[in-house]
Amino acid sequence: MSLFGRTRTIVESKMSKVLDKAEDPNETLDYAYEKQIQLLQNVKRGLAELVTSRRRLQLEHDRLQQQSDKLDQQAQQAVAAGRDDLARTALQRKAALHAQLDTLDHQIEQLETQQQKLTQSEQTLETKIEAFRSTKEAMKAQYSASQAQVKISEAATGISEEMGDVGLAIQRAQDRTEQMQARAAALDELTAEGALPDLSGNDDLDRQLADLSAGNEIDQQLAAMKAQLAPPQKQLESGS
Amino acid sequence: MIVRISGSGQYDLDDTAAHRLHDFDLHLTEALHAGQEAEFHRLLHETITYIREHGQPVPASEVVPSEVIVPPEDVTLAEARSFFDEDSGLMDPLPA
Repeated sequence: MSLFGRTRTIVESKMSKVLDKAEDPNETLDYAYEKQIQLLQNVKRGLAELVTSRRRLQLEHDRLQQQSDKLDQQAQQAVAAGRDDLARTALQRKAALHAQLDTLDHQIEQLETQQQKLTQSEQTLETKIEAFRSTKEAMKAQYSASQAQVKISEAATGISEEMGDVGLAIQRAQDRTEQMQARAAALDELTAEGALPDLSGNDDLDRQLADLSAGNEIDQQLAAMKAQLAPPQKQLESGS
Repeated sequence: MIVRISGSGQYDLDDTAAHRLHDFDLHLTEALHAGQEAEFHRLLHETITYIREHGQPVPASEVVPSEVIVPPEDVTLAEARSFFDEDSGLMDPLPA
């Protein structure tokens, strides 16, 4: 089968056949309309879930950004302590993180665009359902005419197709969001452990920097103690 | 002929354009099966541009089914391949 044929099958598989044969055509039309309204709620819910997922992804992004800021601070501390080697490692790690953050930024932006498009599709769907309602009311008056039957059946299929297409778009966006979340979470875990893959083999930066600041503190305490001891020494020196 | 670009709406095409669309479909299917990603996306972009340029957009108030459904422009090669796979999960309808 050709590509367009397959695309059609995929959308059709998501279509809900809402116009089954019933005894009373008027009842069928009303049922079809009710069903459409119900399915529209599903679409709205799917869209809302997507917005929530995107926000969660944004939070993950913000966490990674904080880690990047922390690495920056650590690099500055290391430089101040004369440990250029540690500063270099911190900056390298930050650079690796930034490459990932840029990708994530771009992907979140794409998701936003996609959501805007989906919101538009949802509105179109709503308009079409309303059009179906008008057609349905008009058809009720003349349902015996076989032409009217064909027209309403076409309209019902058209709505189902529209719904199927929006459904597919929502699912694709959901799949994509989940993939991004998984990647961001994995990255978060790696950086939290201080083990970005391209930097593996390095000593634990966090620990070394912690030692460094602990070392700084000890130096400061020592210096303070010396300072306290110094005046009497000076007096002794000047007195001699 | 009514054509839907998945995710972006429906267009009405005349017979000449419909015929041209059939050619696009053949070439796209070939590129997909040959795994030629760049060629596939170039062709898909060309197809969608062609539909937009030669088709009349179907107004939102008109409810008609489509004869042809073209995949969305941002479809990946893997996704398009999964359209041919019955177990891809893409067949699952929206949860009721």
